[in-house]
Amino acid sequence: MAVIDALTQSTRPGVGAGRAAPSERWGRLALLAPSIILLIGVFVVPLAIMLVRTFTDPHPGLENLTWYLGDATQRRVLVRTFTTAAKVTAVCLLLGYPYAYAMVAAGPKLRAVLTLLVLVPFWTSLMVRTFAWVILLQDNGPIQRALAGIGLDNLHLIRSNVGVIIGMSQILLPFLVMPLYAVMSTIDRRLVLASSSLGARPITSFFRVWLPLSLPGIGAGSLMVFISSLGFYVTPALLGSPSDALVSQQIYTQVSGLLQWGRAGAMGLVLLVATFAILAVLMLSIRRAARRQTRQAEDATS
Amino acid sequence: MSADLSAHGASITLKGLTKRYGDATAVDAIDLEARPGEFLTLLGPSGSGKTTTLNMIAGFVDVTEGELLIDDKPVHSLPPYKRNIGMVFQHYALFPHMSVADNVAYPLHQRKVAKAERQRLVAEALKTVGLAHLGHRRPAQLSGGQQQRVALARAMVYSPRVLLMDEPLGALDKKLRDTLQLEIKRIHAELGTTFVYVTHDQDEALVLSDRIAVFNDGRIEQIGTATDLYERPSTVFVAQFLGESSLFHGEAISSGGGYGVHSPGGTLRAQRGNASSGEPAALVVRPERIRLVPTDGAEPTADNAVRGRVRQEIYLGNSRKLAIDLPDGSQVLVRESAGDISASRPGDDVWLTFRAEHAAVLSTGPSTTAPTTNLGVH
Repeated sequence: MAVIDALTQSTRPGVGAGRAAPSERWGRLALLAPSIILLIGVFVVPLAIMLVRTFTDPHPGLENLTWYLGDATQRRVLVRTFTTAAKVTAVCLLLGYPYAYAMVAAGPKLRAVLTLLVLVPFWTSLMVRTFAWVILLQDNGPIQRALAGIGLDNLHLIRSNVGVIIGMSQILLPFLVMPLYAVMSTIDRRLVLASSSLGARPITSFFRVWLPLSLPGIGAGSLMVFISSLGFYVTPALLGSPSDALVSQQIYTQVSGLLQWGRAGAMGLVLLVATFAILAVLMLSIRRAARRQTRQAEDATS
Repeated sequence: MSADLSAHGASITLKGLTKRYGDATAVDAIDLEARPGEFLTLLGPSGSGKTTTLNMIAGFVDVTEGELLIDDKPVHSLPPYKRNIGMVFQHYALFPHMSVADNVAYPLHQRKVAKAERQRLVAEALKTVGLAHLGHRRPAQLSGGQQQRVALARAMVYSPRVLLMDEPLGALDKKLRDTLQLEIKRIHAELGTTFVYVTHDQDEALVLSDRIAVFNDGRIEQIGTATDLYERPSTVFVAQFLGESSLFHGEAISSGGGYGVHSPGGTLRAQRGNASSGEPAALVVRPERIRLVPTDGAEPTADNAVRGRVRQEIYLGNSRKLAIDLPDGSQVLVRESAGDISASRPGDDVWLTFRAEHAAVLSTGPSTTAPTTNLGVH
């Protein structure tokens, strides 16, 4: 979550978190203790075990890593995993942004309905929803027949990357809509009126006022979706085909089919490092953009 | 949109302007004209329709019925961004993600003003509001008063011919309000723009305005200069909303060219009025126009004399205010300035005397319910 904090703060310079007195800091730490202990137990320790096994199982050395990075097929799967996650994030943004805006703009009754429509699928079991998509997307299923009806024959939705993206987007949509709604509901809607009174067309008001102010929500929501997508297993396994498997499926194969714990560890390690690298690049570029903006403002006045 | 940078103000004309929300009428067929370059204040209590009227002029609220003309051209179908009107909001509505200078440059960007000219205009506008040195700051780093100055600079940098202000000083403390009032007045004089200013603060209205339109319940009670409204209020509501008034309730009579009211304290006369004979009315007189005469002598020879008893006294430094009980149980106010304090004390019986030329007999029809007199200090 530190990632999200950093991201949201860097887009709003000038609003510091404030430094607490030492005694207060200990108090905050005490409040965090249960979750820290839990995180160490269920996250840090297993992660450490995985790391150790990467370099020791079955023999000490780098052989697991060199195997993974040297295998062209595995590299393809890794790239496919990241592009799939990016596509899912893009689909969620395209669907979720207008939806979150509608939630903010709606009256209290409509808003309650819209919120419920996001949350009911969220409360439904992942397996149930994935199997529902299997039924909907299967060959000769309702969606394929409907598409054939409008002249789009022979579209294979299931056991394809498209099916995986459809299913994952639907499942991950709430993770984007909820943070985006939370941020948008704090935006003062009078700013849009002000922009309009100053001569800005609605489209300009959107790009110059609404969009920049909703960026923290876009950042937080997209990160949630992107990172969750990278590790998705059930949905791609059921909706995709072995020929376009994702990293999680390959890891499963290594662990449960081949008992190659070391190789699975190497795959997990590479995924983790790659994820952090992408995050770092993203955050640095956002920071730099914010700094450039401030400098431009200073240039404009000096 | 033309980049019309001429400095003189536009006229605004409202004809039968009406706004209804379902069954509720927020603004009820008002007629109003702001003359070019005028400072017109819409004054009224909350919910009286003054802000809705302003929002209709700005284009934020659709007009239900009636006409809305700027420089005699109908604008009700134009979206806000095509009206070329400046607007200052109560809560500033500055863009938090932009610097002060970028906020002020925003309307110039929309008008495609070239960079050099843009920078010159921004610097000039910030100088006018006394913030030339703070252009690089973010709005959140400024005080409330500074933020409102930025909002003002942003609304006037493109020289709109009409500037609308919705209680711009409402969120500031008294001292800052006083300073900014004077600045707004100065800026109005410099720009020559037509200002339409919404407030519920009567003092602010008196300080700033060329003319004031007093709103009540979706209608305009009276339009006039501060002197018109104070000296010659045409409704009981105006008499009570703008300054303090003493009311003597009764039944209107007409008497020899003048006006009068049959009240429990006797028949009272006034030079002005609008109540027709027989209808319920109130004789209205400003508290400082009433003189107190002790009851130990003969009945005073004034146009009007009413018996009362002093109930309460409030010392205000430059004056004192007295609440007087009338025989019918109602209460009126009397104000005596420091150089002219009578000997009357709480508990004393007194004559209240005033001249007919200072009084008016106004109808108290069903719409103008008279609030109870209070001694609150404004």
